Amino acid sequence: MTDFIQGVLVPILYLLSAVLFIFGLKGLTRVGTARRGNTMAAGAMLIAIIGTLLDLGFVDYRWIVAGLVVGGAIGAIAAVRVEMTSMPEMVALFNGCGGIASALVAISVLWLDVVEKPEVAGTVASNLGGPAAFTTFLSILIGTLTFSGSLVAFLKLNGTLPGRPIMLPGRHALNLLLLVGSIAAGIAMAFFAVDLGTIELLCLGISGASLALGVLLVIPIGGADMPVVISLLNSYSGLAAAATGFVLNNNLLIISGALVGASGLILTQIMCKAMNRTLLNVLVGGFGVDEGTAVATGEYGVVRSAGAEEAALILEAAESVIFVPGYGLAVAQAQHTVKELADRLTKHGASVKYAIHPVAGRMPGHMNVLLAEADVPYEQLVEMDVINPEFKSTDVVIIVGANDVVNPAAEKSPGSPIYGMPVLEVWNAASTLMIKRSLSPGFAGIKNELFEYPNNMMVFGDAKQILQELNTELKDLLGA
Amino acid sequence: MGVLLIGVYVFVLSMFVGFEIITKIPPTLHTPLMSGANAISGITLVGSLYAAQRGEVTVSSVLGCLAIAFATVNVVGGFLVTDRMLKMFRKDKRK
Repeated sequence: MTDFIQGVLVPILYLLSAVLFIFGLKGLTRVGTARRGNTMAAGAMLIAIIGTLLDLGFVDYRWIVAGLVVGGAIGAIAAVRVEMTSMPEMVALFNGCGGIASALVAISVLWLDVVEKPEVAGTVASNLGGPAAFTTFLSILIGTLTFSGSLVAFLKLNGTLPGRPIMLPGRHALNLLLLVGSIAAGIAMAFFAVDLGTIELLCLGISGASLALGVLLVIPIGGADMPVVISLLNSYSGLAAAATGFVLNNNLLIISGALVGASGLILTQIMCKAMNRTLLNVLVGGFGVDEGTAVATGEYGVVRSAGAEEAALILEAAESVIFVPGYGLAVAQAQHTVKELADRLTKHGASVKYAIHPVAGRMPGHMNVLLAEADVPYEQLVEMDVINPEFKSTDVVIIVGANDVVNPAAEKSPGSPIYGMPVLEVWNAASTLMIKRSLSPGFAGIKNELFEYPNNMMVFGDAKQILQELNTELKDLLGA
Repeated sequence: MGVLLIGVYVFVLSMFVGFEIITKIPPTLHTPLMSGANAISGITLVGSLYAAQRGEVTVSSVLGCLAIAFATVNVVGGFLVTDRMLKMFRKDKRK
C-alpha cells in the first residue's frame, strides 16, 4: 500500500498539480478567465500539499499544523486587509516569505540529513549527493538574498527608508567580495568540510553574507526603479524554490519554481524596456538622484496655464478624452474622482479612455488594478502601443500625476537622458491638460518639453482637488 | 540519466513553458500575475512539510516549522489577494 502511494499515487498527484499550475497561468492570459486560472493554481497547490502528506504517511503533525495555522492566519489577514495602493509592498513581503522559506527548507534538510544524523561521517556531498549538496548552498544563497532584498524594497516602498538611492562607497567591491566569498564557502560546505562544527559555521556564514548581499543590492536602487526590483525578486523567489527542488529531488518544486522564475524575468524585461534602461543599469543603481532638479526648474519659456473653470470649458467641447494616470494619482487617492469625471464626460456623449504606461504604478500593472478598484471597466484601460496612434484623433488628454512618461523629449531630443524611452504621444492630441502642483521634474529629474507646447495647458494644484473642481464646473456647464 | 540531469531537463523545459505562457499575458493583468506567481513560488511549502515531519524539538524541525509558516503566508496570502484583485476587474456595465 505504502509502495503504491509513494511510487504511483504521489507522483501522479504531483504531475496533476504541475499541469494545473500551467493551466492556471494560462487562465491569467485573459481577463475573463483570470479568476478561474488563479483558483486552478490554488487547487494545484492544495493537491500538492495533499500529495506530500500522503507521501509522508503518518508522521508527527505538531510542527506541521503549527506552521500551517500561523502562516495561514497571517497570510489571510494580510490579503484581506491590504490596500490596493500598497500591493507592491505586499508582493515584496510575500516574495521575501517565499525566499526565506526555501532557504529554511535547505538549511533544515542540511541539519536533518547531516548535522543531526547519528554517526555521520564524510562531507555533505557524500551524505546528500553532490548535486543536492551544491543546490542546498544555492537555495540558501538565493532564498536569503531574496528575503533581505525584499525587506529593503518593502521599507523603501512604504517610506520607512528613503526612496532615493543610498550609495555606499566601495559597494561594488563589497558585493563582489560577498558573492565570491559565499560561493567559496558554499563549495567548501558542500564538498570539503567534514567536521560538523565547520559545516554549521559555513552555513551560518553563507546565510549572513547573502542577507547582507540582498540589502546591499537593493539599497542603491531608486524608488522609481522599484517595479524592476520587485519583478526581479519575484523571479528569484521562484528560482530559490527550484533550487530547493533540486535539494529534495522534487520535480514539482523545480517545475513551479521555473515557471515563477520565467514569469519574473519576463516582467523584469518589460519594465526595463518601458524605462529605456538595461537591467545592469538598474542594478548598478543611483538613477533618480535629484541632481537634475536645479537645472530643470526655472528653465521653461512660455508655459500656458489655466484654472479649473477654463479647463472645464475645454472639456465641455471635447468629443474624445483620454486620461493619462500616473502614480501621483494614486498618491492623491484620486482614482474615484477621475472615474466620476469620466462618467460625467461619457454621459455628455464623449468617448473616454485611459492610457496606461507600463510603469504608471509602483509595480507592473499596478495602475490597472487601482483603476479597476475605482470601478473603471477594463476595456477602457488601453496599453501604450495600442493607444499611441489614437492621440492624433483625440480632442483632450488629461494627464494626472504622470510626468516623464509624456515627455516629448524621449522621441524628439536625441541629447535627452530619456531619449529612446517609450512614451505616450499625448502631444499629438488637439489639447492636453496637465494637472500638476508645479513645474518640478519627475523621477528622471529632467525638464518636460510638453509644458512649453502651445497646445498644452498646465492646471496647477492638488490632483484630487483640481479633479473635484473640474467635476463641479462641468456639472454647472452640462447640468447634473 | 542521473537524477540531476533529469532535474535540469525539467527545469529548462519548464522555463520555456513559462516564457511561452507569460509573454501572452496582457499588461492589465501583470499585477495579479505577479501576486499569483508569488503564491505559486510558495510551492516550497511542499519541501518544508518534509523538513518538519519529526515531532521532537530539533534545529531541523524548528526551521522546518518556520519554513512552513513563511511558505503558507506566501501561498494563502498570495492566492487570496490575487482573487481579491481579479474580482474587481469587470466589463463595462452599459454594454
